[in-house]
Amino acid sequence: MINNEGIIIYRDVHKWYGDFHVLRGITFTMQKGEVVVICGPSGSGKSTCIRTINRLEEHQRGQIIVDGIELTNDLRNIEAIRREVGIVFQQFNLFPHLTALQNVSLAPFWVLKMRKSKAEEAAMKLLERVGIPEQAQKYPAQLSGGQQQRVAIARALAMSPKIMLFDEPTSALDPEMIKEVLDVMKNLARSGMTMIVVTHEMGFAREVADRIIFFDYGQLVEENTPEEFFHNPKHDRTKLFLSQILEY
Amino acid sequence: MDENQLAGYADKNQLPPPSERIPAIRWLKQNLFSSWFNAILTIVSTVLIMTIVFGLLRWALEARWEVIPANLKLLLVGTYPVEHLWRVWATVYLIAFLLGFSSGAHGGLMRRVSTTAALVSVVLAVLPFPWGTRGWLLGIAVAAVAGFGLGYLGKGIRWCKRLEIASWILSFPISLIFLNGVGGILPVIKGRTMWGFMLNLIGAVVGIGLSFPVGVLLALGRRSKLPAIRLVCTAYIEIIRGVPLISLLFMASIMLQLLLPASVRPDLLIRAMLTITAFSAAYMAENVRGGLQAIPQGQYEAAYAVGLNRALTTILIILPQALRIVIPAIVGQFIALFMDTTLFGFIAILELLNITRSIMGNLEWRGTIFELYAFIGIVFWILCYSMSYVSRRIEKTLGVGER
Repeated sequence: MINNEGIIIYRDVHKWYGDFHVLRGITFTMQKGEVVVICGPSGSGKSTCIRTINRLEEHQRGQIIVDGIELTNDLRNIEAIRREVGIVFQQFNLFPHLTALQNVSLAPFWVLKMRKSKAEEAAMKLLERVGIPEQAQKYPAQLSGGQQQRVAIARALAMSPKIMLFDEPTSALDPEMIKEVLDVMKNLARSGMTMIVVTHEMGFAREVADRIIFFDYGQLVEENTPEEFFHNPKHDRTKLFLSQILEY
Repeated sequence: MDENQLAGYADKNQLPPPSERIPAIRWLKQNLFSSWFNAILTIVSTVLIMTIVFGLLRWALEARWEVIPANLKLLLVGTYPVEHLWRVWATVYLIAFLLGFSSGAHGGLMRRVSTTAALVSVVLAVLPFPWGTRGWLLGIAVAAVAGFGLGYLGKGIRWCKRLEIASWILSFPISLIFLNGVGGILPVIKGRTMWGFMLNLIGAVVGIGLSFPVGVLLALGRRSKLPAIRLVCTAYIEIIRGVPLISLLFMASIMLQLLLPASVRPDLLIRAMLTITAFSAAYMAENVRGGLQAIPQGQYEAAYAVGLNRALTTILIILPQALRIVIPAIVGQFIALFMDTTLFGFIAILELLNITRSIMGNLEWRGTIFELYAFIGIVFWILCYSMSYVSRRIEKTLGVGER
């Protein structure tokens, strides 16, 4: 255990894709139970940044500590962290050959070695929590986008993670379905879950976030409370961004 | 707007789709006689088709079909001793019983297959075979029904499914040992390179059963992150795919004969089966690799993110999807392998084609080439079509293409 304050700690984290410098020295700390929204223009490194937390992307310099475990190439550390961090993807990434219920109960059965009946019972409870118990026996292709994303949230929650990551969870959804997903996320935030959400939904950010982080060119431009972020942004780049996205 | 109003709105203005039925005359005009040129083409091709069909019919009516029943035993099981033929029947019964058992336990596709097998055996029993043969044939249906009953009763019992899978896997080695014989218990059949069509079937089953898992492993190996494994698998696949099967078979039969002393050299038949397995596995690997490449990166990420390790991700997430995509290609490979077993004839193994040639050489049956080849064609067609039918049904039940 590394003794440090905070459930997620980034210290001067760098990453390159070939010559392209995606993350240019990210430093921030998150406390347990906090909800942080990351926003910024596309290509600014927001997604890459949160995907380094469960090592779907590797960082090349700096230090990332998640719940006291430092992310290194050690496979045991990576697997330990992945069990504690759930992620929800923009494209859902449900397993198309499994039913909604099987999608959710798969990892508890195989990774946590839960009994099958118990894993399915727990999965059913989670599907109830995200509001689609009646879809349990359907395959992903038979569900709407919003329903698929809610199954994906349930799947991530099934491992009882301490931290939930959301990588633009509503960007691939029809406007009518965005609300049902955001509602689930709002309830999750209220239940005390530690969450990092990459999103363009400024209404959600304003209502739910404890903090908003603004990214541009792989750098953390501004870190602020929602109140200050929307009404009194410190940085000119933030002002420009806000004026562009809030215009419509 | 209240709920009733909303519901009314949803039902409003619904019309049935326009009728698509076309009268026969108009269909003919549209499709066959739309212009002078097409009309002439239609007439010419009709005459051509009729000539061929009538020619075939006339030949079929005049052909000496008696060559088939007279040599049926030879064609199907070669010189397998008559007093041991019950072992062949027993093997067939075992398979029929297992088919029935699976169909009783699951229904669906298995039920169709086993029902068809039972019906075919009953129909065959009606044909003018000797009475003893008819009895044996009816036994197939009895075995299938018995299996069905047991499977139906055992449904729902937990160990029943495990027992079923285990018996299917064990049935192949058991059948082989049973047919071949074991020293001391069942007499070993001498001259076992003379088993006729049964040999093609056994070669195909062994080849399919072994080349599939080996092919999957080769495909995974070719995509491995470890350079040594990747190199070995790639080299194997590319070398085997560059050599014709027949030359591999000759190498297995002649070169091994020169290189290895008889004491350590496996039987010719085993060498032939291993060769066809090794050959087919390389093609299988490339088919499977195609499926693996079609799986999006997001599936790996999602699996890793919920804590699955690499092995579990491959087994639970990637392979089921990848194999489903390539079922048509894999079944095509199975069919090709089955037909390739006729190449065994070139290395002095008496499979169906080779036996046929020896029958043609018999003075009594001179000039029956077409009858015999037609028989071979029909037998192979029935089995290959069954395979492709089963694969289509599997695709359907697995829901390929409706992602």
